[in-house]
Amino acid sequence: MRFLLIIPTVFILVTTVFALMRATGDPITAALGGKLPPDQLQQLIHAAGYDRPILVQYWEYLTNIFSGDFGTTISDNRPVTEVLTTYGAATLELACYAVLVALVLGVPFGMVSGYFRDRLPDAVLRILAILAYATPVFFAGLILKLVFSVWLGWFPVAGRVSTDGEIAMQLAGADSGFMLIDAFKTGDPAVVLDVLSHAALPAIALGLLTAGVFLRLVRTNMIGTLGTGYIDAARSRGVKEGRLVRKHAWRPALIPIITVAGMQVAMLLVGAVLTETTFEWRGLGFQLSEYLQARDFVAVQGIVVLMAVVVAVTNFLVDVIAALIDPRVRY
Amino acid sequence: MTSGEITSVGTAGAAPEHVGGRGAWFKKLPVVHQVRQSVGLQRGMLIAGLVLTAVFVLVAVFAPLLAPYGWSQLRDLDGAFGAQQPPSAEHWFGTTVGGYDVLSRVIWGARTALLVVLVAVASSIVVGVLLGLVSGYFGGWLDRLLVVVADAIYAFPSLLLAILLAIVISGGQSSMWGGILAAALSITVVFVPQYFRVVRAEVVRIKAEAFVDSARVLGTGHWRIMTRHVLRNSTRTLPLIVTLNASEAILTLAGLGFLGFGIEPTAAAEWGYDLQRSLADVTSGIWWTALFPGLAIVLAAMGMTLMGESLNDLADPRLRSRARSGQVSGAVAATAVEPNPKGDDA
Repeated sequence: MRFLLIIPTVFILVTTVFALMRATGDPITAALGGKLPPDQLQQLIHAAGYDRPILVQYWEYLTNIFSGDFGTTISDNRPVTEVLTTYGAATLELACYAVLVALVLGVPFGMVSGYFRDRLPDAVLRILAILAYATPVFFAGLILKLVFSVWLGWFPVAGRVSTDGEIAMQLAGADSGFMLIDAFKTGDPAVVLDVLSHAALPAIALGLLTAGVFLRLVRTNMIGTLGTGYIDAARSRGVKEGRLVRKHAWRPALIPIITVAGMQVAMLLVGAVLTETTFEWRGLGFQLSEYLQARDFVAVQGIVVLMAVVVAVTNFLVDVIAALIDPRVRY
Repeated sequence: MTSGEITSVGTAGAAPEHVGGRGAWFKKLPVVHQVRQSVGLQRGMLIAGLVLTAVFVLVAVFAPLLAPYGWSQLRDLDGAFGAQQPPSAEHWFGTTVGGYDVLSRVIWGARTALLVVLVAVASSIVVGVLLGLVSGYFGGWLDRLLVVVADAIYAFPSLLLAILLAIVISGGQSSMWGGILAAALSITVVFVPQYFRVVRAEVVRIKAEAFVDSARVLGTGHWRIMTRHVLRNSTRTLPLIVTLNASEAILTLAGLGFLGFGIEPTAAAEWGYDLQRSLADVTSGIWWTALFPGLAIVLAAMGMTLMGESLNDLADPRLRSRARSGQVSGAVAATAVEPNPKGDDA
């Protein structure tokens, strides 16, 4: 019944965020304090109900969240739910690209590294993986931007789509939030190419970070399964080395990889916040740092709670999937 | 434990764990022991990590001697430095958009990073180990509660938690010590669950051992059993987590600075903040303000990650390289610790 832990986990996360955000005082003073005369400030605080007992506010916050109401932002007066849905799609899109890059790079190179354990290919790949881990994603982004956008001019500097592409999308009535889907809806290959070239650098920056983790993970698990008896048995039957790695050793190594890969969602989201800020990719992360600058803590609270819950739910789903794949993991 | 038996299987160069009497204390020190135990690539990685970390610490300690200017110095006797000057003889790494000397800020930044890492790691060890010890030893409802809370915090994206705490502690920007403490404490809360989990798991295991029972039968007090019998046997994995956490702390500090929750440029030099300021420079092709602080972060974090990775492999009998012993691998029980499967840091 470990699965039920998701409920207290989410509850603790929401409570922690609420408590931390309120420990500094009310959001209106934080955002507008010093900009308005004290009596006007008091009026606003009273109107928003921030002068009531904290437990009453907490209860109201919990019940509102439960019905999908995250409040209204202070700096630009929008429902937080609207902010979350509009920009969440952009972050999800970036995360999908990054996972794709990470899988394409991390898994095959992890297999190679595990197979050639302690020999030259392994040494080179491991150093590269550690380099990927030790490089802050925003520094990787800055360097990619400097070399490929500014010096070589191959990719656009920032944003998700050029103005022409945006207009084409509006004309086609495509507003799913996923730029690539919208671009396909316009039916214009130039727009698709435009969207892809905007996505390339952010996806690589975020993907490299994740690829390093995947590589290490695949390597460790490959070494574990390559050392078992049935691999020797298969080899002695004359199974080709390539097939040995891809079929025999890979399958059992997959289960721990899925489990730990699911846990990377937290890292991916944090990486997305920093990547989006670097490339002005208008997603939740970019918006979060904007709201942080504006000291709009209602919006910050909403975004942070959403991200924390997404992580908790993903970890929960990963547990379920692991149990479905491997009967030994059932609780 | 297992490592002693496994090493003796086929290692030529590495010393078994139980070597020597009192005189061999030096060889039993956490890192020294692992250097002796390692071979080939792993030894190379471990030593490279040690060297990089040593350089980082030395630069931090001797920053006043190494740095040509102060971290917030704008002018010298010849006048103002000027903003965004390319690298020259006076300013090897150029100057920033704010008119600071990049080289000096990179060197002083090492000091800020080291202080944050030290405070963060030390306080999370103290809190995490203490909570893990008490929780694992006494069990009961407190233990259950702490485990659920630790799991919840552990699942929280670390940088976001650190941002929230930075807001609470310092309200964002602050002075040098205020900023360092705020950053360090924010990172501490993120790390405590890791130490808590590892120590608690070990304590629960060791508390069932016969020697703890015999101590209890002899009438030894709880506190003495906890510190002398249990704690001493539950800390073997800590050096490894410390090294990995140290690199994570540097990256989290940089992330905080990059999002504008660092330390004010006049209060101390901080690499993440410098990178944030260089964001606009990069678009206009100015490379020196971004490259050098970024490289400093990479090298410092890399040194500690190299150390942590090789310590991790050495602690895991399945991953430890052996000196020409052939394929002695087999189904060894999963004794390895996964100190940071989440690793959610940029």
